[in-house]
Amino acid sequence: MDLFSETILDHYKHPNNKGSLKNPSISINEINPLCGDKLHMDLNIDSKGKIKDIGILPQGCAISTASASLLSEKLKGKSLKEIEKLTEKDIFKMLGIEINPGRIKCAMLPLITIKKALLLKKSRSVI
Amino acid sequence: MLNTSQIKKQFPIFSHKINGKTLTYLDSGASSQKPKIVIDTLKNYYETSYANIHRGIYSLSEKSTEMYEHSRETIAKFINAKNSKEIIFTKNTTESINLVAISYGNTFINKNDEIIVSVLEHHSNLVPWQELAKRKQAKLRIIPLKKDLTLDFDTYKKLLTKKTKLVALTAMSNVIGTIIPIEKFIKEARKYKAKILIDGAQSVPHSKTDVQKIDCDFLVFSAHKMLGPTGVGVLYGKEEILESMPPFLYGGDMINQVKQFHSTYSELPWKFEAGTPNIADVIAFEKAIEFINEIGIEKIEQHEKDLLKYAKEKFSKYPEIKLYTPTNPNNAGGILSFTVNNIHPHDLATIFNEDNVCIRVGQHCAAPLMDNLKIIAINRMSFYLYNDFKDIDQAEKSLQKALKLFK
Repeated sequence: MDLFSETILDHYKHPNNKGSLKNPSISINEINPLCGDKLHMDLNIDSKGKIKDIGILPQGCAISTASASLLSEKLKGKSLKEIEKLTEKDIFKMLGIEINPGRIKCAMLPLITIKKALLLKKSRSVI
Repeated sequence: MLNTSQIKKQFPIFSHKINGKTLTYLDSGASSQKPKIVIDTLKNYYETSYANIHRGIYSLSEKSTEMYEHSRETIAKFINAKNSKEIIFTKNTTESINLVAISYGNTFINKNDEIIVSVLEHHSNLVPWQELAKRKQAKLRIIPLKKDLTLDFDTYKKLLTKKTKLVALTAMSNVIGTIIPIEKFIKEARKYKAKILIDGAQSVPHSKTDVQKIDCDFLVFSAHKMLGPTGVGVLYGKEEILESMPPFLYGGDMINQVKQFHSTYSELPWKFEAGTPNIADVIAFEKAIEFINEIGIEKIEQHEKDLLKYAKEKFSKYPEIKLYTPTNPNNAGGILSFTVNNIHPHDLATIFNEDNVCIRVGQHCAAPLMDNLKIIAINRMSFYLYNDFKDIDQAEKSLQKALKLFK
């Protein structure tokens, strides 16, 4: 098993886009109640509805942290519609490792977080 | 030390290999493995003696009833209850606590009364009291932890007042292994006539329990953590208190007379056992108790203390590791919890799992304690009668592997 591949460990030790943004368009916190993992995500969305900048503050295991780091790269420049279409499969592909059932929640925390952020954004635009 | 190679032979799971590797099971705090006698009893009972209890006039049902009630008597003796009426079968510790919170709590707890629990409690001995407090506008008070990871007795003394109606306290922490000197805590509560529930889920399987000596009003524990099957919990309650409580669940088996618009209820203990109970598992549980009795609970306790000492010596050598265990080993049961610098517990458990080493990681159903210790998750090894030094050596090997990988 190669759950802890070099890529995963590298992103765990040095996550991309680590930090918070000044005046983000949207900020969200998500937790995994199973293990207490936390992820804070700041997004800057431009006038065209694309992700311009992203800041993450992951507090958790190698899998959820690496997943957040890799996803943060992937999200940049994407439109909200494109992000809506992201699925679990895309995350597995992005991580490039086999994940046993007990750890799927760890891997999916960043995806759940961004989806919640989009919902929040939508509900705000309705108001 | 116990003869663990002999003991392991009596647990079929230890001769079963996964990926060619034998099992290193260090998670008995979550649930214990089962000896062959317990597994065989289940099978034999279904094959030769099964029928519903308390109703049938035929021999098979009478035999079933006798076996079920005999198990109750064995359990009463095991914890030295005055009589077997004081033993109620539930489905687990959580249900036993809910039974008390609902039946006793709804009847006897009132507005502005106070309920004391400790910061060490498993969610099962916290959430039912939170809800009771909400229903009744009662108040929840929390006994804090001291730096040496024991409970703060002085603060507890100050929390106790005439308003205290109930103290619900664990006898041993499922996370950091702290053993609570419950007799001392109970004596203090008696000064204020508070009732006391002891959560023995972690202590009853591992140390001598004498309910008359400790003088608690309720004691709760589960079969599955002490070599028995899943699906059986025990509620011990003092007879006169159980008598004063209304039934918890209503329906079949717990009734005396049923008229179209009114019913009267059965006597103890059946008043609290509505519906067909978990007959087979209760019967098999008796075999688990007999297994423990044959080895001797005091010997089991000493064995686990020896394992803890050994594990503590091994694991404390690593500068990356922080142990969360009471400073004085006399205050600790067979649990060793720790964190590893820069390795999240879920990652550690995954690496241990590659070597077929089972440890529990996460928040251990004790989130308030995690907050208190200022950690998000923790690794836990918990020991039982079948564990030996080799198990701990194997855990250490897996740890070294993890440290190397995450360097």
